[in-house]
Amino acid sequence: MFGLHYRLERKAIGLTLGIILVASIGGLVEIAPLFTIHQTVEDAPDMRVYTPLELAGRNVYIREGCYACHSQMVRTLRDEVERYGPYSLAVESKYDHPMLWGSKRTGPDLARIGGKYSDEWHVAHLNNPRDVLSVSVMPAYSWLLKTTLRTDDLGAHLKAQRAVGVPYTDDMIANASKDAYGQAAPDSPYADGVTQRYGKATNVRAFDGKPGELTEMDALVAYLQVLGRLTDAAHKSGANATR
Amino acid sequence: MIGQLTKAERQYALLILLGIGLCGLILGIASKDDPLGIHGALIGIAALAGVFKVISIYYDPEPDDERLTRYYDDPTKFGIILAMIWAVFGLFIGDWVAWLLVKPDFTFDAGWASFGRLRPVHTTSVLFGFGGNALIATSYYVLQRTSRARLPDQLSPWFVLLGYNLFCVLAVTGYMMGITQSKEYAEPEWYADIWLLVVWVVYFAIYLRTLARRKEPHIYVANWYYMAFILVIAILHIVNNLAVPVSFGSAKSYSLFSGVQDAMTEWWYGHNAVAFFLTAGFLGMMYYFVPVRAGRPIYSYRMSIISFWGITFFYMWAGSHHLHYTALPQWVQTLGMTFSLMLLIPSWASAANALLTLNGAWDKVRDDATLRFMMVAAVFYGITTFEGSFLAIRSVNSLSHYTDWTVGHVHAGALGWVAMITFGSIYTIVPWLWKRDRMYSPRLVEVHFWLALAGAVVYVFAMWNSGIIQGLMWRTYNESGTLAYSFVDSLIAMRPYYIARAIGGLLFLIGGIVGAYNIWMTIKTESKVLPESGADAPEPVLGGEAVLQPGE
Repeated sequence: MFGLHYRLERKAIGLTLGIILVASIGGLVEIAPLFTIHQTVEDAPDMRVYTPLELAGRNVYIREGCYACHSQMVRTLRDEVERYGPYSLAVESKYDHPMLWGSKRTGPDLARIGGKYSDEWHVAHLNNPRDVLSVSVMPAYSWLLKTTLRTDDLGAHLKAQRAVGVPYTDDMIANASKDAYGQAAPDSPYADGVTQRYGKATNVRAFDGKPGELTEMDALVAYLQVLGRLTDAAHKSGANATR
Repeated sequence: MIGQLTKAERQYALLILLGIGLCGLILGIASKDDPLGIHGALIGIAALAGVFKVISIYYDPEPDDERLTRYYDDPTKFGIILAMIWAVFGLFIGDWVAWLLVKPDFTFDAGWASFGRLRPVHTTSVLFGFGGNALIATSYYVLQRTSRARLPDQLSPWFVLLGYNLFCVLAVTGYMMGITQSKEYAEPEWYADIWLLVVWVVYFAIYLRTLARRKEPHIYVANWYYMAFILVIAILHIVNNLAVPVSFGSAKSYSLFSGVQDAMTEWWYGHNAVAFFLTAGFLGMMYYFVPVRAGRPIYSYRMSIISFWGITFFYMWAGSHHLHYTALPQWVQTLGMTFSLMLLIPSWASAANALLTLNGAWDKVRDDATLRFMMVAAVFYGITTFEGSFLAIRSVNSLSHYTDWTVGHVHAGALGWVAMITFGSIYTIVPWLWKRDRMYSPRLVEVHFWLALAGAVVYVFAMWNSGIIQGLMWRTYNESGTLAYSFVDSLIAMRPYYIARAIGGLLFLIGGIVGAYNIWMTIKTESKVLPESGADAPEPVLGGEAVLQPGE
């Protein structure tokens, strides 16, 4: 064996090919089957896609690096299920490009945060976390309330999402900007289109408390309020259902 | 610095710079009111600065052919300086964000100054800015000496070094503007990723072209590691960054993968960025600088073969241990755990090989802080790889995951292993590169050593404590069978450890500043210049004998 190596290490190309070969095996065995084995991701017929406003909010979440301190993955452990809610299923992040499972909980997990607190609570908390919880170490995101959300390119965002596999329809793409506005302005003529395209259960509210204005706060709160609520599958599955 | 470029190389340099400038211009025009425009402008300015620099030396006389009898070390020198600048900057940002967890209102109500945006600035600056520059700089140096061949040309090493730094600057400024893919340790967006790929291909080409001209029949073990580092990082980088941009004028892209597949790809990447950037690359450094500084041959040739192929093979399976108890199928988790445990063998073989190399030179370890940096690095490498295998065990991971223990583990590796081996190597190489008989102040090297060691130990102990307390509090039940502590309770319990961590980081930062000052003064102080010799004679050259000598 060492004699073989004695010869191999005299060949730059041999060494190069050897490294590529040896290093490729692990990834091929572990990753490739995840795309082909059907059980990897559960079926959830009721699963819906993010609305344009929620997607924009998700992008704010990504931009601000929220994932550095908050996970979105409840593990299959008793204390986690009791603290946060039903453990996460793969299907719940099926439309998450990229996933935001996270790796650190400086703050709590957010996979089941949707609907747990009121919009007002989220706005006050994001505006200055220490107003709500004096010992919080989260940064204040007060500028979100003052920053108008950019919506003109949301159609392009939905199109790119469709290119990577999220089933947005032509109708959704064409109305992306209007839907973003309508979801945060319940009294506007654009509000009906949102529930038409994304389902009756979609939250249509002035998330930041200011109906006429569409801010980044609207988007982020809309996103947080839908976390864990795109499908009911987790509540119905296996051990979660018996609890 | 770039005075050795030939006429033809100066012309190529101008062409390349104009091409880069054009790309910047196109990006700037294509982006309407997207932050991408700022990056387009930044690329344009960088190219323009390069053009001015090249023009300023354009009509200088051509270098004579005598240069070809010597190694080409100008890019290495510049790379070392860049590495130290990134080190001080990255450590500063790291300590700053550590204090943000103590005093969260230090963000001036500005987006760029908040924890979430600055955290990747810290990780990218230290891992890729400091670590990457040190790897590129030392790899040029080691490659030439162990091959007894000069770099193939004088332009491509500069292209790689400066192009890589352009990538780092794009990355760091991008995070502050909110441009991020959110994939940990792969945050830069699509255009920066494409650019890095171009740089990386040229980097490996330098390796192959130099090796093709080598006068040593055998490729030295340090080069195996540097080659694995370049090759595997390329594979990981390409696969993990596959994405569809929103438009050509938008910085934003969406990952090709989603959910569970994306999670697995990300941690396959993430864990092997640790393996092939932070381990393989720096083992390459270790396999050259430990023996030359100690004046001893590598203890065992066979152990280095076993550990090299073990690391290259096993590591690629281990990423799924980041996803224990998640929605990732259990068989993948089990594979990840199993291979993580097996990894201990090649890892400890490497650490043992380094420490046993010091046999017969322990008096030098006592007296020479530079060698002591490298000895401590090998010890930390052993500790961290043991801890890594331990944390990969599913039941241990259920406690440690999501807590500060992970952060402590990473820093044991990053501060204890990566930074220490780098500082040791830099202190070895700087007097040789600038032809001095020693560092400006050996005493300051000693000061740096103790600051770095104290900082790393304080940091790691603080995070071990906080992580384990956190993990235990989250899973503690009271007698009535309900959870004993709220999340907020655990947050309050962290406070003293967050302060201790920030102090540990501060010590490490001060050490880094002392080191940067010492290196700068070594370069500036000309009094102790050694007489220039034709063929770099004063440097010990690792010949074939040392490579092939088995320790037995």
